[in-house]
Amino acid sequence: MGTIRLKYDIPANDFITAGEASSNVKNKLTQIGLSSDIIKKAAIAMYEAEINAVIHGNGGYAYVEISDYKVVINIVDFGPGIPDLDLAMQEGYSTAPDNIREMGFGAGMGLPNMKKYADKLEVFTKVGKGTKIIITVNF
Amino acid sequence: MKIAELLAGIGGRLLTQSAADTLIIENVYICDLLSWVMSHAQKGDAWITVLTNVNVPAVAMLTDVACVIIPEGIEVGELTIKKAKENNITIISSPYSAFEICRAIIKNEA
Repeated sequence: MGTIRLKYDIPANDFITAGEASSNVKNKLTQIGLSSDIIKKAAIAMYEAEINAVIHGNGGYAYVEISDYKVVINIVDFGPGIPDLDLAMQEGYSTAPDNIREMGFGAGMGLPNMKKYADKLEVFTKVGKGTKIIITVNF
Repeated sequence: MKIAELLAGIGGRLLTQSAADTLIIENVYICDLLSWVMSHAQKGDAWITVLTNVNVPAVAMLTDVACVIIPEGIEVGELTIKKAKENNITIISSPYSAFEICRAIIKNEA
């Protein structure tokens, strides 16, 4: 199988289309015939990153590369960046406003969940510039 | 468990199509924090939540839960139902509380 490259727009503050990219990637991985555990890991890690870009990052893009051995998911946003990454990686820490919490988000588990489900998680962030998350899940 | 049996047991009403005539419910999971659900819900769970926004079907799809049960007759908007149908997610409404739903499911299985 050759490498499959996918690109998605992530619109800012749009909770109706939020998750579409992750759902689409989940379907692609299912079509390839991967095990449900691997698909779940990739889809949930990506969904968390996608939702973060919607909530915190003023939207952005998702670039996904599926090869024979792994899926690499890049989520890039142009938001405010993360001032204290160590703090953001802690379970329960959240800066989400009340209206977001009312939707069931803002538990402070986005980044911890990405770390839990990704085989490799890289976070590049700069205050005032944005954040880039790279999630790798091996097959 | 047949979907009809589940519906009868919890006074349930199907808000979407059922993915299958026979729902394989392995367990019940109750939680209203989406990230927590994504971290802990298991394939085959019946997920009970008071949340009804469009992210509920998305999370149900990602976690492979067997169905979503909305307790206490909470109304579910058109958009959520539409999204659930698109993703083949089964949503059931029940007049009972989360605890009463669990009790009914356990009784049904006994």
